[in-house]
Amino acid sequence: MIRKLRLLLAAIAAVTMFAASAFAGEVEVLHWWTSGSESAAIQELQKMLQKEGHSWKDFAVAGGAGSNAMTALKSRAVSGNPPTAAQVKGPQIQDWAELGVLANLDDVARAEKWDSMVPGVVADIMKYEGHWVAVPVNVHRINWMWINPAVFKKAGARIPTTADEFFDACEKIRQAGMTPIAWGGQAWQEATAFESLVASVGGNDFYRKAMIEADEKALASDTMVKVFEMFGRMKQYTDKNAPGRDWNLATAMVIKGEAGVQFMGDWAKGEFTAANMEPGKDYLAVPVFGTDDAFLFNVDSFIMFRVSDPDAQAAQKAMARLILSPDFQIVFNVNKGSIPVRSGIPEDAFDAVARDAIKAFEATARSGGLMPSMAHEMAVSPAVRGAMLDVITNFFNSDTSAADGARQLAAAVAEAKM
Amino acid sequence: MNQSARPNNFFSLLEGALPRIVVAPSFVAMVIFIYGFILWTLYISMTKSTFLPSYDFVGLAQYVKLWSIERWYVACRNLLVFGFLFIAICTGVGLMLAIFLDQKIRAEEYIRTIYLYPLALSFVVTGTAWKWILNPGLGIERLVREAGWTSFTFDWLVNSEMSIYAVVIAAVWQSSGFVMALFLAGLRGIDDSIIKAAQVDGASLPRIYGRIIIPTLRPVFFSSFIILTHIAIKSFDLVVVLTRGGPGYSSDLPATFMYAYAFSRGRLALGASSSMMMFFMVMAIIVPYLYSELRRKRHA
Repeated sequence: MIRKLRLLLAAIAAVTMFAASAFAGEVEVLHWWTSGSESAAIQELQKMLQKEGHSWKDFAVAGGAGSNAMTALKSRAVSGNPPTAAQVKGPQIQDWAELGVLANLDDVARAEKWDSMVPGVVADIMKYEGHWVAVPVNVHRINWMWINPAVFKKAGARIPTTADEFFDACEKIRQAGMTPIAWGGQAWQEATAFESLVASVGGNDFYRKAMIEADEKALASDTMVKVFEMFGRMKQYTDKNAPGRDWNLATAMVIKGEAGVQFMGDWAKGEFTAANMEPGKDYLAVPVFGTDDAFLFNVDSFIMFRVSDPDAQAAQKAMARLILSPDFQIVFNVNKGSIPVRSGIPEDAFDAVARDAIKAFEATARSGGLMPSMAHEMAVSPAVRGAMLDVITNFFNSDTSAADGARQLAAAVAEAKM
Repeated sequence: MNQSARPNNFFSLLEGALPRIVVAPSFVAMVIFIYGFILWTLYISMTKSTFLPSYDFVGLAQYVKLWSIERWYVACRNLLVFGFLFIAICTGVGLMLAIFLDQKIRAEEYIRTIYLYPLALSFVVTGTAWKWILNPGLGIERLVREAGWTSFTFDWLVNSEMSIYAVVIAAVWQSSGFVMALFLAGLRGIDDSIIKAAQVDGASLPRIYGRIIIPTLRPVFFSSFIILTHIAIKSFDLVVVLTRGGPGYSSDLPATFMYAYAFSRGRLALGASSSMMMFFMVMAIIVPYLYSELRRKRHA
């Protein structure tokens, strides 16, 4: 079946290529970076590409955290007219590659020495059967706690490094009349906190088994029951208005000093910066307790579709090369609040939080603690991720017992694997 | 003679065929884009499709899988609760408002416009507004507490047991004015002389409404039921904006379930089977009702 579709796509692509060859050196790029700082960041790439004489056709699809963009991409691809490049990440890269519609980027990768610059764990996600088919753009660290130290001080609590200290601090903050945890009550945010706890309670090997391999024994294990217990314990330290709350509103609670801590990826930093707060003084960003040696990552990437027109190929290759160039890595990641995905980038343009993240990124790449995030679509297929998110959010918003939670998680994942 | 008759013939032929020619394009479009795609969805629901359509036939396996997913049961139960309450309350409130407005009151036009106005808003706007109104930290609960009743609780929006009822509130607010307009039009169409005759016979006003007027509104009940049913089953945007299906997935509806599985989880076949289930639900309710109504008319 896949071969048939591949033939069909190739045939239609061959026909449309004739039409496309009139626009020499154009890349059409599908992405969902439409918010202020994001679109500013992606426009840098556009400028660099234009400087090399290529043209850029923007195909931005807002909303749905990328799911609208994916729907648009699928309909374009099925009709045989895919864009040149599209923002696709995680295991979905493999799905597209399997259809045989992606361009092989090995020669750019060789010339630019991507293999020595990009950590193996990240590179593996970008490769299909050993060939580069996608270009990584940036790295976000997921397992952060964003802390308002003034709240902790007022409550007489210490910055926690272990689970016991964490719940102790929560208790003190609650008694002082503030909300301990700024909780964003959406499934993906709850999963963000949950997966950090998996790494915290079970350690890196357990995280890998449960959240990356989706091993059913690990998912139903006693360790997972402990994770659910701790996860459920957090609920009493959130306020009751949390369900449905957007992540940036939760960040605002920490900024205003209404709440002590938020679990969120490093895009939260943008909110603190916009509120004129200084890292290390007005706010702290520390790894989630017990996950110092873990780096749960979210890497955005572009896949490149196969084109036959030489001019378009040249433009495509130039785009791939420019994405990993030091200039773009700095200007993009400083704008977006993420860190470079490759080594050898001078750190002075980055703030303290990003510099910490860069250090942790390099250290964990060596130690093996660098692991893809489940909540952010890097580790498992969308079907398995969806099943996990359902169980996690349902557990948090009902009075399911921890043992049942673990059992349901294993069962839902088994069903989603088909 | 013959020559002058021919164009005449042609034009009369054209005139006869013109309605068909005019309607043909939209008919073709409807056959393809409605019925064609229903059949296509039916086929997709019996394949192994994941993130793109594939055509490997697997029979009813996706339906079996669908009915083993807990979240689908929650979605169906919510639809039952939501659909029943939404239709019943909208019809009741709409009828009541229409009857009150029909009492030749002052400033009727203004009041009518006020009640009808929510219809001009999209469900997205309604959802956003009610999200604020029902949020315990911003809306009604806080208002009442600040007015002095400090133990007052109204947290349906964030309570997973009650969240679907919060959706009902917003949906009723949106649609009952529209039902009122339907009933008002029906009431105005009733011949005054029947009512006068009943009054002469000494019937009281409630009795006139109960025995004469409401029974004659039967066709209006019919059309408002049809319209409200399909609004209920296709409800999507209101839930997405108001609760995002949450807390957890407690306020999920079949339409939001279908969207999640087909478009963001790469389980196209399962999404297709859930949308076919929605199609069957509409059929199961509308077809018998339509049949009985049409048969009644033929016999009448």
